[in-house]
Amino acid sequence: MTPPTSIPAAAPVVLRAQDVWKSYDQGAITVLNGVDFVAGKGETVALCGPSGCGKSTLLHLLGGLDEPDRGLISVNSVEINRHTNPLRLLRYEVGFVFQLHNLIPDLTLQENCLIPTVAAGVPRPTALARLQDLAERTGLGHRLHQRIQKLSGGERQRTALCRALMNKPRILLADEPTGSLDEKTSSVIFNLLLDIVAKEGVTLVMATHDRALAQRCDRLVEMRDGRIHEPQPL
Amino acid sequence: MIFVKLILVNLLRHRIRSLISIAGIAFSVAAMLTIVTVLQGAVGMFSGILSSDSQIIVFERNVSDLFFSSVSSTAATTIASWPIVQHADPVLFGIVSSSDHPIITCFGITSADARLRKATWIQGDRSNFANATDGVVLGQRAAEFLKASLGSAVQIGHGTFHVIGIIKTANGFEDGGVFMPLASAQKFFHKDAESSVITVKLHNKDDIPQFKSMVKSHFPNLVALEDDEFTRSYSQFKILKATAWAVGGCGLLLGGLGVANTMIMSVFTRIREIAILRVNGFSNSQIATMIFGESALVAVVGAVTGLLIGTAFLYLLKLIPALHGYVDVTIQPLVVLIVIALAFLTGVAGALYPAIYAMRIRAVEALRFE
Repeated sequence: MTPPTSIPAAAPVVLRAQDVWKSYDQGAITVLNGVDFVAGKGETVALCGPSGCGKSTLLHLLGGLDEPDRGLISVNSVEINRHTNPLRLLRYEVGFVFQLHNLIPDLTLQENCLIPTVAAGVPRPTALARLQDLAERTGLGHRLHQRIQKLSGGERQRTALCRALMNKPRILLADEPTGSLDEKTSSVIFNLLLDIVAKEGVTLVMATHDRALAQRCDRLVEMRDGRIHEPQPL
Repeated sequence: MIFVKLILVNLLRHRIRSLISIAGIAFSVAAMLTIVTVLQGAVGMFSGILSSDSQIIVFERNVSDLFFSSVSSTAATTIASWPIVQHADPVLFGIVSSSDHPIITCFGITSADARLRKATWIQGDRSNFANATDGVVLGQRAAEFLKASLGSAVQIGHGTFHVIGIIKTANGFEDGGVFMPLASAQKFFHKDAESSVITVKLHNKDDIPQFKSMVKSHFPNLVALEDDEFTRSYSQFKILKATAWAVGGCGLLLGGLGVANTMIMSVFTRIREIAILRVNGFSNSQIATMIFGESALVAVVGAVTGLLIGTAFLYLLKLIPALHGYVDVTIQPLVVLIVIALAFLTGVAGALYPAIYAMRIRAVEALRFE
């Protein structure tokens, strides 16, 4: 079955970027040139394109990590760029997975995963139950008390995935989530990612160079020179 | 729990740096505790000399130092004759020197003075005090360093005196002092018919306001202060206390700069880690709490260590024979509380800039930081 090339009409929009511009070095480097983007509830979207085309920048803006120079970003109909601390606003809404796992090496797997729940004030028993569930599903149940240094690359990325999902976000933004892994591990992690987002009804927006992975998403959005090109039929 | 671990992890990650910061606060606190305690002890001892069996001290108005105060014998006699007065003892203070000791406190007193009445007489007898014009009573410590015993001649300043008694008192200044009959002291210090102060005890404490007003009306050039009032207002004491706190404060300031340096380095070396916390929803206040928590922990551990070092040092000072009786190592709880509070505030102040810096870290830029 061929995935749809655009957002299904019935799916409510959870992420929207409208005429978004972003430049660096006081306008010397323009990264996004009036991007319009939407993602529907439960949809998996791959952002593809060459390096420097603005995939990661768009993800950062969608997740409130950065602010656009111009344009509007809304998450679940809330305009996040009007808030002073969008990250705080989105702590329950959005989870991040990066190419580098970005875990704190001195903490254990469990402690790393609990960080978002501490930030959000989730009661510890609730957080531990959620972690146990995610760890079992990602095959990390026996590694909870291991320090990050002792985990393999795949385990670290699975840990990062667990951490991103701890607060049951409705949106998962993944920036080259398998970019630092070998092909086999990459495939395992991506399968896991798709499985979890499908079961939890999470919207996934993923920046990737890997066309093979991208084609397994519901929709592929091609970016070039800071603009979005028409969705490619898969 | 994780919050606490995030604080501890960073301190343990850079153990040497953390230890240096703790040592900085500890030595500052120890220095402050030692200086303040020693000076407060000295002030307490000096106050003790004046308040020996008395409630009020009368001295010359507007003098900066009691050694420069001049109270006439007429005033002493008149005040002693007032019915509300139980006893009024004129005391003349002087500084003398011997061959090995440049500063010996000398007290010109009457034989009725409380200092002689209350002291433990090791040698001699109080009844002989007023009889011999060239006789002196030595404090036990003074007798030791002057190598004097009953009947021996001691060279004090430009005069030679015979020891007519040796007394033991708890007060270091008195124990290391020389007691002369008032008339001898007046002659020796060229202060005929004068004393430095009059220490007064009334029959009834309720008469103190009346006594003060009588002194004011009869002797406008004199001032009468209650002992506590005197201790609080005497400018020399104020200067000593202010100096102690200022010197101690400078020490703590240095300790605080050490903490600031540590915390700045702590923030700079984990910009990426702070960014990770931000991406995972940590608010500005949570980031700041973590930074302040680190510095507060350094300050508290440093303060407790400093209190232990300071206390040990004070007890060592007390054991030094030359300082026997001069160092009061009674550590006042209020001083301890103030020192801990100051150390804590110093630590928190030292974390102020690092915390502000950490709160301004932009996650997206910091995640690119290696």
